[in-house]
Amino acid sequence: MWTTDTIAALATPAAAGGIAVIRISGADALPIAERVFSKPLSNQQGYTAVYGRMAAQGKTLDDGVALVFRAPHSYTGEDTVELSCHGGVYLANRILRALYAAGARPAAAGEFTRRAYQNGKLTLTQAEAVAQLIAADGEQAVLAARAGLDGALARRLDNEKETLLQILARLSAWADYPDEDLEPVEWETLCAELSALAESLGALLRGYDSGRLVREGIAAAIVGKPNVGKSTLMNLLAGCDKSIVTAQPGTTRDVVEETVRLGKAVLHLSDTAGLRETADPVEREGVSRARRRMEEATLLIAVFDRSEPLTAEDISLLESLRGRAAIAVLNKGDLPAAVEEGQLRPYTGYTVTLSAKEGEGLSALIEAVEELSKLNRFDPSAALLSNARQYHAACRAAEAVGEGLSALRSGFTLDAVTVSLTDALAALLELSGESVTEAVVDEVFSRFCVGK
Amino acid sequence: MALYPMEEYDVAVIGAGHAGIEAAMAAARLGCKTVLFTLTLDGIANMPCNPSIGGTAKGHLVREIDALGGQMGVAADATFLQSRMLNRGKGPAVHSLRVQSDRAQYHLYMKKLLEHQAGLDLKQAEIVDILRTDGRVSAVVTRLGGVYPVKAAILCCGTYLEGKIHVGEVSYSGGPDAVRPAIGLSESLRQMGLPLRRFKTGTPARVHRDSIDFDKLERQQGDTIICPFSFSTTKPLVNRVDCYIAYTNEETHRVIRENLHRSPLYSGRIEGVGPRYCPSIEDKVVRFADKKRHQLFIEPMGLDTEEYYLQGMSSSLPEDVQIRFLRTIKGLERVRLMRTAYAIEYDCIDPLALTPALECKAVAGLFGAGQFNGTSGYEEAAAQGLMAGINAARKVQGKKPVVLSRSDGYIGTLIDDLVTKGCRDPYRMMTSRSEYRLLLRQDNADERLMPIGHEIGLVSDETLHRMEEKYRLVAAEEKRLQKLTISPDPALNRLLEERGSAPLTQAVRAAELIRRPQIGYRDLLPYDENRPDLPAEVAEQVEIRIRYAGYIARQLRQVEQMKRLEGKKIPPNFDYHAVTGLRLEAIEKLSAVRPEHIGQAAGISGVSPADISVLLVALQEGNQ
Repeated sequence: MWTTDTIAALATPAAAGGIAVIRISGADALPIAERVFSKPLSNQQGYTAVYGRMAAQGKTLDDGVALVFRAPHSYTGEDTVELSCHGGVYLANRILRALYAAGARPAAAGEFTRRAYQNGKLTLTQAEAVAQLIAADGEQAVLAARAGLDGALARRLDNEKETLLQILARLSAWADYPDEDLEPVEWETLCAELSALAESLGALLRGYDSGRLVREGIAAAIVGKPNVGKSTLMNLLAGCDKSIVTAQPGTTRDVVEETVRLGKAVLHLSDTAGLRETADPVEREGVSRARRRMEEATLLIAVFDRSEPLTAEDISLLESLRGRAAIAVLNKGDLPAAVEEGQLRPYTGYTVTLSAKEGEGLSALIEAVEELSKLNRFDPSAALLSNARQYHAACRAAEAVGEGLSALRSGFTLDAVTVSLTDALAALLELSGESVTEAVVDEVFSRFCVGK
Repeated sequence: MALYPMEEYDVAVIGAGHAGIEAAMAAARLGCKTVLFTLTLDGIANMPCNPSIGGTAKGHLVREIDALGGQMGVAADATFLQSRMLNRGKGPAVHSLRVQSDRAQYHLYMKKLLEHQAGLDLKQAEIVDILRTDGRVSAVVTRLGGVYPVKAAILCCGTYLEGKIHVGEVSYSGGPDAVRPAIGLSESLRQMGLPLRRFKTGTPARVHRDSIDFDKLERQQGDTIICPFSFSTTKPLVNRVDCYIAYTNEETHRVIRENLHRSPLYSGRIEGVGPRYCPSIEDKVVRFADKKRHQLFIEPMGLDTEEYYLQGMSSSLPEDVQIRFLRTIKGLERVRLMRTAYAIEYDCIDPLALTPALECKAVAGLFGAGQFNGTSGYEEAAAQGLMAGINAARKVQGKKPVVLSRSDGYIGTLIDDLVTKGCRDPYRMMTSRSEYRLLLRQDNADERLMPIGHEIGLVSDETLHRMEEKYRLVAAEEKRLQKLTISPDPALNRLLEERGSAPLTQAVRAAELIRRPQIGYRDLLPYDENRPDLPAEVAEQVEIRIRYAGYIARQLRQVEQMKRLEGKKIPPNFDYHAVTGLRLEAIEKLSAVRPEHIGQAAGISGVSPADISVLLVALQEGNQ
């Protein structure tokens, strides 16, 4: 039987840090915390802090602050104590063990957030935003997750649902009261309303892609013929010597990977073997992996040697950039130029001259990446779909509205249109968590890390 | 009062209205020795309100009753005066059949049916008490003191239970059409712990034909081709009367507004809750003050009477006000009332106290149906009566109850709504109450429910086979049209262009053309040499199935999703109080309703999705 027993876990990352926060939540949060904390907490009012010592088996472990939250005014909606102690995995774990000994049990993944959702403190989309916030990498991602937590998506969905409900109500009256002199359902009005709705849902779906780039980062591959300076560029971006750099062409034989922050973007970079025909079986495998990686990458950073005229291999690479999200980089900008950016323009709109070795021209590359991924235009406060579950539900809603619209346009009777719109509403209700299927709950709560 | 023993029965049905008739017929036909009690044998199958059967969504119910082996459809076909398929042109999901009935003939038809049913006794008596032994119904007691031992009883008391009539400043104890109310039974039910409450409904005036100027009214004729309600009606049907439409005007509204203080509704003398979906004329005038006119339908009550019914004008204003406001209406300037409009209050049960088999949770063997369960309408009543009769018989015979799901039909939806969501005002069936409208059409009720009716034992082998043959023809023709190719043809292309559909440039499958909303099955006859000669209802099914295939598939997917939730059973004695993550309101609602599965739990008002997720977690961990 599932009960709201008292749970405890580390709420800050399990790593060395200045302060570690341990959260205790549940009906017995205060008495349990009291057994570990040196000062009485049971009579403490909500939103107050007490300074004291934390001890286990009579032995003082640390000193710190206990923050008291009273139900329902806490994150979980239950009585909650947050113990701030000095950072360090060892110390925090000793205190946690003491709490478990005092009657708390370890929180399961996502359990604090699940309780918050179940106690009506968070909507489902807000709960998902918490998971995202915990996992967020870049600054933009934190802002976007924050917007989700504040309910930007929930508010946007409310509007869409309201529109659909109003349309469905009109259609119901029209069907159920044929003999009443009600205002007729106007075909043009309905078409216009559904088009607007489809457009709005479409925009939400399109936002998912840039939202995903923010959240998940961009898979980028550095490609080019051997010895144009791919690995030097990789190392510059990664800020350390990750790839082995030699003057010997063909040194990078496998794919080297690194996640780097580049301006607002997070790039999952792959440095690949130089593209050329070779007899060396090891290098040939490296080249074929490089080509595969090229296929898979969202963003291509193609590197060319500015000091040498373009070769047939360069041209063939340039050809393959057409239609892709690609930046052509003229490296070795510190050497006399044999190639101009203008020669690369017919193949891609984004060209940058830099010197990877000297670390010059990096800002132009950052600008190009942001421009290309539209991150410079990304509004982190806008309503965003933040995961696959939300995306699929929104897709289903958009698809159903689209189907209803095309049924309407091709002359189908309104009862058929109603079927599609009911489905669209169901998808939106599922998206916002107002209509629950077991799958939704399972999926959402299996993805939380311990702590929050 | 001296009590005396009377004959023993398996099932007693209390009330011979539309619910009671179906309940008694079903129980008797299923082999139970059944007795049907009524306050007056002259009131059997009475239509105290509209002399009409069917209408939007209600027409669906009648078709479903018929498919399950009930009586209403056959009786309606035998006694109708005018028939119209409503919503033609709005799509098959919302087509609804409605007939104007001969009220006296309908009564006689049903009385005769009951009188001739083997195993069924018909008795004029008022039931005043229900006796229990070990929490189970054991006998019913009449006003005269007769004690009938029974194994099950079905309450179908309509609006008679502690009925009270209101007309203006006057109110008195009474049932519809000057029949006595049922007094005392409520007290017996309350003592058993049944939660009773007070609902209200109303009816308009009846007026004399000679006092109506029909030439000032809009005439409304019946359909040229008439669809019957019943699968077993095969003889051709004809319309015998016309109906008429009139409109109220600002003068009508002024008279009503100026006399509102004399209405028992507005003076607070009526405590019962009235139907939102069937408001009185004073309600309409007050709530929709900006509406300049309201429609009313003027309908004959029968062939052998001069009485006309004024649909849409139900009222509880005083008689003199009724005459005044009616005479402001064009065509009714010299109208003469034969029966005054009135409101009636009555006792009924909170349906949350019932199981999906319509049995009282508190008293085994005691069932309820119709207005007693908080609904309004003859068809809603008949549908519940049928299910209550079936389940009472099965209870007596030790069989598991038959519970239709929301995806089986409107009957399943109606009962699930009642016992899961409850109702705050008299519940009326509407197409929008069903989430599976395109699957649950009135035209395929036979296909959906006849196999169930047959299994229950109310549909004959012969009828079932006839239905199966119909759908065999449908499937074969559908298959043929999927294969048949139609080549471009000047005449066909002209037709396509006329209807605003793209002309053919190459040969296409016939089914593909029928999928176009502008083209019907019949339109392709000239291009389909080998078409078999099929009955109209088969052709109709073929066209609907082909045209709406995509939407039907969509709804089937929705049904599957619902079935998954329905598959998550909740143990019957599950302790919601032990699940402390549940909110108090949810614990109370869930404990009251005792849903059988998560699907039903999710439909309970006041139970949030968060509660459902807590419940799911609890059930999951309980299984581990």
